[in-house]
Amino acid sequence: MSSNNPRQQIHGSTAPSTDTRDSRIGEGPDDRFNSKLREAFGSTPFILTKFDKFMNWVRGNSMFMLQFGIACCSIEMMHTYAIKHDLDRFGAGVPRASPRQADVMIVPGTIVSKFGPRMKRVYDQMPEPKFVVGMGSCTISGGPFQEGYNVVKGAEEIIPIDIHVPGCPPRPEALIYGVAKLQERIRNGESTPVVVKPYELEQFGDLPKDELVQKLADDIDEDDLVMRYNWADSP
Amino acid sequence: MSTGLERSQPPVEVSEDELEALLGDRALARDDHLNAPGFVVRPDDVQSVLSDLKERAGFDHLSNLTAQQYEDRYESIYHLKKYADPTQEVSIVVPTPIDDPVSESAAPVFSTADWHEREAFDLVGIDYEGHPDPRRILLPETWQGHPLSLDYDQEKPQLVTLTDHANPIQPDHHDAESDTMFLNIGPHHPATHGVLHLETVLDGETVVDVDPDVGYLHRCEEQMCQNGTYRHQIMPYPDRWDYVSAGLLNEWAYARVAEDLADIEVPDYAQVIRTMGAELCRIASHMLALATFALDVYGDFTAIFQYGMRDREVVQDILEDLTGQRLMFNYFRLGGVAWDLPEPREEFIAKTRDFLDELPAKVDEYNDLLTGNEIFQVRCHDTGVLEPEAAKDYGCTGPVARGSGIDYDLRRDDPYGYYDELEWDVVTEPGCDNYSRVLVRMREVEESAKIIEQCLDLLEDWPEDEREIQANVPRTLKPDADTEVYRAVEGAKGELGIYIRADGTDKPARFKIRSPCFHNLSALPEMANGEYVPDLIASLGSLDIVLGEVDR
Repeated sequence: MSSNNPRQQIHGSTAPSTDTRDSRIGEGPDDRFNSKLREAFGSTPFILTKFDKFMNWVRGNSMFMLQFGIACCSIEMMHTYAIKHDLDRFGAGVPRASPRQADVMIVPGTIVSKFGPRMKRVYDQMPEPKFVVGMGSCTISGGPFQEGYNVVKGAEEIIPIDIHVPGCPPRPEALIYGVAKLQERIRNGESTPVVVKPYELEQFGDLPKDELVQKLADDIDEDDLVMRYNWADSP
Repeated sequence: MSTGLERSQPPVEVSEDELEALLGDRALARDDHLNAPGFVVRPDDVQSVLSDLKERAGFDHLSNLTAQQYEDRYESIYHLKKYADPTQEVSIVVPTPIDDPVSESAAPVFSTADWHEREAFDLVGIDYEGHPDPRRILLPETWQGHPLSLDYDQEKPQLVTLTDHANPIQPDHHDAESDTMFLNIGPHHPATHGVLHLETVLDGETVVDVDPDVGYLHRCEEQMCQNGTYRHQIMPYPDRWDYVSAGLLNEWAYARVAEDLADIEVPDYAQVIRTMGAELCRIASHMLALATFALDVYGDFTAIFQYGMRDREVVQDILEDLTGQRLMFNYFRLGGVAWDLPEPREEFIAKTRDFLDELPAKVDEYNDLLTGNEIFQVRCHDTGVLEPEAAKDYGCTGPVARGSGIDYDLRRDDPYGYYDELEWDVVTEPGCDNYSRVLVRMREVEESAKIIEQCLDLLEDWPEDEREIQANVPRTLKPDADTEVYRAVEGAKGELGIYIRADGTDKPARFKIRSPCFHNLSALPEMANGEYVPDLIASLGSLDIVLGEVDR
């Protein structure tokens, strides 16, 4: 049966509709699953490819997003998930509340000093391989708040980022574009290396002893995990 | 003129002479504030002065506390109002010396002073004697210095520890003495509406104690505004306080205070556009509040949440046509708005009318889905109870106060814009529980629709040659040095106020934001202690906080 013709009679049949079943159990492959690709394969429905390539393709097409709201951008992110924009159409829209079930983190908002370590912890809890979309100007550089005394000048100071989506906030369309680009890169196996060392939290005792560290040394346990923000040297 | 807005009982006026008599010798001097008489008092008289004003003169609303540092002194300004009549205002100024910034805490008189004073300590560095909980609130505990004080060095490195939030892989710290459990909710949690951290102590499933830990989104908004010039550089920031598309409402807060400060008269036509835009924003904001509340109560991401988002999308479309932006509108200018209605005007008006025509049906849908749903009612009735007295004590405003039966709405009580020329009602619900807060928001959407409808009529018939969208404003605004003003508007979440002190330059010397969410959130322990954990989540959802505004 050529796929140019209608496959089944829809009107005018009074017979019990067993056509579908018959076609499923009949000879040859089921019509419904026929496709140009299938026709091209002919009688051998096998493709040879590299396992890595196949896995990249799979990863790029089933991405589990972390449900992660920080600031203004998260409102647009919600719109991206919701009706009208519907990120799910692109194989990238299953929001997961737990980092342990997610492999993509969209960072939608300003990172401030108090939140930085928490974000890093959430990121660390995600299973590898994991990817990060930096959404909005704040995540890229601190955005309109860059001059603030408390604002981390970009999420990249803390975790590695694969794709930046600029805007304040980016429209849902822009985020979709960013995610689609990320998927494209994942399919090509082009994303950033997943294990990142320079961003680790430090133990307080390992910090170089300067004035501030000396001052705090009395109240803080040497084993405490700390993050040190050096505003002067940040970009 | 009847606008249906009159209060049932007109409030009692207190004259300035009576205030002076009440304060007596404790008032050391008078201070000039644009709309509130200011009295200077000694740092150890704070409690007695405030409790006299509260008990004997009826000033039961501590709406704002501004702390600031001058070259020669620190100053705390307690801004008092009445819930019965917010146009009656008084400010109590408490100067403290630069080498010993200690002043008496007002927390025993007003519970809301607790968070106010923690913030003042955190950012400016004034100590409050007798404060029940003198910790930092917005910045991490290990922060060195007070960023809004004069000698703060921004380049200094800072450390942030993880001590309070011990490694989750560590074994459970079971306390043999008690059966309670400590549980962190947030800062990354789907039910906390952003980056809020709740430190809860549970006895079984009952909440024994909850301590909201904020500051995970403290973006230095006050400092940002202090670094911007009045005319154009500050207006983009208000959009980012309450970012749930309440942008125009926030912008109005800044527009109002700056117009007061610089004595700018806004043309009527611009006021109508502002009123319409602001109410559209209120609808968008309440829609999201409703949607996320359903998400909190039902865990329902697929039905009611999506309904809410669908309707918001329509409102955002209209606002985008009006302002050119989707979320951060930046549409108000001092003295008016940025541009006129989009052309062709009829098309815009028709589009907005279509939305209003469809709204009743949508509201019916929400009533079917949500408020009429028995499970929802069982979950929300009599949970998260906030008595009116407690609500006032915590400085709650907006739908939270009105859900506790407090008849307080600045659009009517301290009129601005075009509100007092239009027909609409202030919505209150007496239930004091989660359910009434939701009802208030639902009904406010309908009231907003009424306002928009009337604005559209006005805009349609406005004479063509009087469509003036902008007053004549000098290019550079330089209000006189030491002009001080506090002004508030009714944002989507409640009273959003701004205090500005000018120092003669084109930038404010102090810019303090009074955010409604900050105070509404401080009432959470009052509502949630003794309830179940799911009711805590529901109560938090019903407060409709936005962390951008809580932390600023």
